Amino acid sequence: MTEVLLEARNVNKNFGALSATRDVTFQLEQGARHALIGPNGAGKTTFINLLTGVLIPTAGQVLFKGSDITNFEQAERVKLGIARTFQINQLFRGLSVLENVYMAIAERAGAAPGMFGPAGSRRDVIDESMELLTQLKLADIAHKTIPELPYGRQRLVELAITLGLKPQVLLLDEPAAGVPSAESHIILDAIDALPKRIGVLIIDHDMDLVFRFAKKITVLVRGAVFAEGTPKEIGANPDVRAVYLGQATHGA
Amino acid sequence: MSATSDFSSHPAARALINRHRLRWWEPLPWLLALAFYFIFPRYLGFGTEVLITVLFAISLDLALGYAGIVTLGHAAFFGAGAYTVGMLADNGIWTEPVTGLLISAAVAAAIGFLSGLVLLRTTGLTLLMLTLCTMGLLEEAANLGHDWTGGFDGLPSLNVPPLFGLFEFNPLFPKTQYLYVLGVLLVCFVFVRTLVYSPFGQSLTGIRENTLRMHAVGAPVRWRLILCYTLSAALAGVAGGIWAQANAYVNLTTLGLDRAATVLIILVLGGYGRLYGSWVGAVAYMALAHFLSQIYPTAWQLGLGLLLVAIALFARGGILGIGDALLARFARKKPS
Repeated sequence: MTEVLLEARNVNKNFGALSATRDVTFQLEQGARHALIGPNGAGKTTFINLLTGVLIPTAGQVLFKGSDITNFEQAERVKLGIARTFQINQLFRGLSVLENVYMAIAERAGAAPGMFGPAGSRRDVIDESMELLTQLKLADIAHKTIPELPYGRQRLVELAITLGLKPQVLLLDEPAAGVPSAESHIILDAIDALPKRIGVLIIDHDMDLVFRFAKKITVLVRGAVFAEGTPKEIGANPDVRAVYLGQATHGA
Repeated sequence: MSATSDFSSHPAARALINRHRLRWWEPLPWLLALAFYFIFPRYLGFGTEVLITVLFAISLDLALGYAGIVTLGHAAFFGAGAYTVGMLADNGIWTEPVTGLLISAAVAAAIGFLSGLVLLRTTGLTLLMLTLCTMGLLEEAANLGHDWTGGFDGLPSLNVPPLFGLFEFNPLFPKTQYLYVLGVLLVCFVFVRTLVYSPFGQSLTGIRENTLRMHAVGAPVRWRLILCYTLSAALAGVAGGIWAQANAYVNLTTLGLDRAATVLIILVLGGYGRLYGSWVGAVAYMALAHFLSQIYPTAWQLGLGLLLVAIALFARGGILGIGDALLARFARKKPS
């Protein structure tokens, strides 16, 4: 039996007169490979922000394993195991790759509030960081700072920081955005290699990526759920083709 | 992790593990400060002022350089510390120097914590203006509370008993003051140095580098900033308290924009976020001010202004940043 990890119940978000999210009900199960697609301005990133606690819904509930977390702060949700990557890299640019990952693992392991021992003496955190970087094939560039890396590798560091939190729910906001096609396989490989048990929600425009990865797709149009189903159903749905693909080609 | 291998030989891990180790040049400023004591006995008053400024600049570096808290009101805490010592001594409540500094630190920390609760909800220009306002309020309170603070005249001729009951504070030959300040500076410096290399310090750097990301890795960003601001305020309070003890008076100059702006300039001049920028900046600024004002008594600030413009335009890392750049160029030119 698969457990529902993250759930949205009739979630609404208004910015003044604009309803960015309308009555969205959504479930993400353990081990899920779920994609959220929709044209520009459909409210995908707003929805992610509602799930992660960056925004608080105007109405409706967000639940984690059945308990209400609607008013939880971002940090509390991270502690529960809900982690995200950003559409635009949010990295510590002045620090080394190792230090970037150290930051996340120190936070999760409870090492970060420590004031009286040097950061370098938390060998457990350093070893775990290096272990993770090795898995993601980033170990050989662990000493470099972010601006020294090609964009694809920077994107991978973004993922590494998030994986350092050992999430149960992983929200990927356009993980391959801006990565040149010659490099995009390193991101796709990393996504393929994610632990099976975690529930993954991926948001993307890139249909190749979505159809390769997702077992289930939710289509969001103008803040509301427009359709939901397997990739096969969504691909064959004439309304989705008309609304989503039609609008996308007109660049709306 | 079942099979954790040993990564300590990896260059990135080695850099992190060894980062806090003492470097060969780190005892230098302390040795120079001691040498100054023996070589320039007639300038110890000036030396004491420089050391206090270093301490004040280090307190600012912790908040501004490491955590990225942009403040223009740090003299609020310096003044709070100074007035704490001044008012306790003036009313004959408490005069013992060392414990007096602890009380100064506690008072400044309390003000830092309470104002931080409100201020640190904001960032950038708003934060800058609010820190300025907080300091302005304190300054005006000190100005108006004449009965307690002496108002515009301040509190002159404070009674400061001998340090440890042995060493007199002599205003004409401030030997005791100089060594006392140097000792307190050492203790505070070791504290800040330990802090910035700790995981807590690392997370402050993370907040400075990318606040959004720190939220997303689950860091309690606001509480970390408040804690950092409180500690920084406490250190500034120690600097203010020791200033009052060394000079045996307090007045409104401890609390104004002039002092807050000067310490900011010193930190930028020396290089912020690098511990020793406070030393370099304070010595450079105060020595320059000292000599320029002797040569051009009317327009000496012009020279400092030009220097600061040059630093802001060409050397964002301050004097230490220039040093780093030169070292890097030298290392590249050397055939490897």
